[in-house]
Amino acid sequence: MTTLLHYLPLLGVLVVVAGFALRFNPVPVVVVAGIVSGLAAGKSIGAILALLGTSFVSERALLLFVLTLPAIGVLERAGLREHARNWIASLRSLTLPRLLIAYLGLRQILSMLGLTSVAGQAQTVRPLLAPMAEAAAEKRGVPLSTGERNEVRAFSAATDNIGLFFGEDVFIALGAVLLIQGFYAQHGIELQPLQIALWALPTAIAAFIIHAIRTVLFARRIKNVAAGAAVLPGPVRRRSTTGPRDNLDTDQHG
Amino acid sequence: MLTIEQAYWLIALFLAGAAILNLRGRRWSHAAFWGVLAVLIAGGKFVLSQAAAHNPMPAQMAGIGVLALAALSPRMRRGNLSERDSTEREADALRLRHKLFGPALLIPLVTLLVALFGAYIIVDGVRLFDPTRMTLTGLALACVVALVAALWVTRARPLAGLSEGRRLLDTLGWAALLPLTLAALGGVFAATGVGTAVADLVRLLIPVDNALACVVAFGLGMVLFTVIMGNAFAAFPVLMAGIGIPLLIHQHGADPAILGALGMVTGYCGTLFTPMAANFNIVPVALLELPNQNDVIRAQWKTGALLLVVNLILMDLLIFRF
Repeated sequence: MTTLLHYLPLLGVLVVVAGFALRFNPVPVVVVAGIVSGLAAGKSIGAILALLGTSFVSERALLLFVLTLPAIGVLERAGLREHARNWIASLRSLTLPRLLIAYLGLRQILSMLGLTSVAGQAQTVRPLLAPMAEAAAEKRGVPLSTGERNEVRAFSAATDNIGLFFGEDVFIALGAVLLIQGFYAQHGIELQPLQIALWALPTAIAAFIIHAIRTVLFARRIKNVAAGAAVLPGPVRRRSTTGPRDNLDTDQHG
Repeated sequence: MLTIEQAYWLIALFLAGAAILNLRGRRWSHAAFWGVLAVLIAGGKFVLSQAAAHNPMPAQMAGIGVLALAALSPRMRRGNLSERDSTEREADALRLRHKLFGPALLIPLVTLLVALFGAYIIVDGVRLFDPTRMTLTGLALACVVALVAALWVTRARPLAGLSEGRRLLDTLGWAALLPLTLAALGGVFAATGVGTAVADLVRLLIPVDNALACVVAFGLGMVLFTVIMGNAFAAFPVLMAGIGIPLLIHQHGADPAILGALGMVTGYCGTLFTPMAANFNIVPVALLELPNQNDVIRAQWKTGALLLVVNLILMDLLIFRF
């Protein structure tokens, strides 16, 4: 019976997994999960509410990124995304893989120096990196389809995440390394931050290599789809169009 | 002195402004949502100081506020907020050109300067920046500087900052709140013993005498727990206390520095797989207006999976050698 009680708070985890699997709105799912595991641990409603409240407000630094929105919004209104796109389109040698890999490397190095808040999804990906990546991808000569555009945006966001995670772990003055050091100190094992940070370096390098290769493959796929579409006019399209359109096709390939 | 608390007040002010604009637009759910959140952010310090002084009342009120936000979230439909006409934006873009990058780049630049030199700026014998969370305070300051610069460059009226910021905030909707809510859940899970229960469960399932089995269980446990909690920092103490220290370090003689570093980055691989890491995987979906909630995860999970294999191999090769 005591063992069962010991495992009962895991019900909260179950609520989260089920809620995400059933695609409910995540915010109520998460709050309900907290209440369920609180009740399962035998806490009173008052104690659960207080726990929820203090846990929530003590993490309010996570909302700081919204302060970037007014400045970014004003610039977007004056065409920031359009200009980022135009500019990248005018740089002939800046291809999609070069752009994304350069960003990945820069993000990793900045994070290694502890400058994690310098870039981010709100600060740099939406206003700058994503439109630039779209423009670089469109250098293939064919506009991106909606699906491809979304893929390019998602890949830009992913690149930011990977650069952040696998750079930050090497930085010695805050974050992961200090957490590890602090945890060991509590358990009677004394380590220097540099000892720990050093061993995160192989993974940081592996992350760069793996994601760079994936970026090249991704860019090649986006490019080849366009090449395929340009070379093969497609029998369906030809049959469904008539007259002038047919002439246009013949002109292109003739 | 500039402190992080002032940054919180700034957030609350912005949220309150967004609530008022939504109120005027008769978007009641949005107005209530940002309004409640503004109160919670502004009252955060009071709640925490009262809780520390054993007065649970404000914390319970905050808890009720969180429940209200959870109830309002499903009603936060993405409305079609009018954006400026795209031909007008294109014309401005051609006119202003690189001037538009200036204010955008001021955000990282000012943050960087404060992070590097903030500690040395002293006015009248008082440090200008509170050393606790100085980089984040710097980020808040950078946002204000960038807004002023953006208004100056684009010659927009000052209120455009609020209305354009609100446009983006409403685009984000409940996704803006999810990172906070999940972090709060982490706190609740920690306080209710979810962590130790998971660690005990893992130990029941593996042959503890086999070093490789322990390495794999530790690595996959870090990933699984990170996926559930959305945060490798939350997973680390749990798996370390459950498997890392007693089995790998004490029983099999693993090197603690290598185990700690590789264990943490193995958890980071899990962060790439999970919608629970909302600020990295769900917020950009809203920011980039992607159709599917899992689009960012879909773009990055293969990198995470390959890196996970690399990490497990590195762990098995390195931790028993040194």
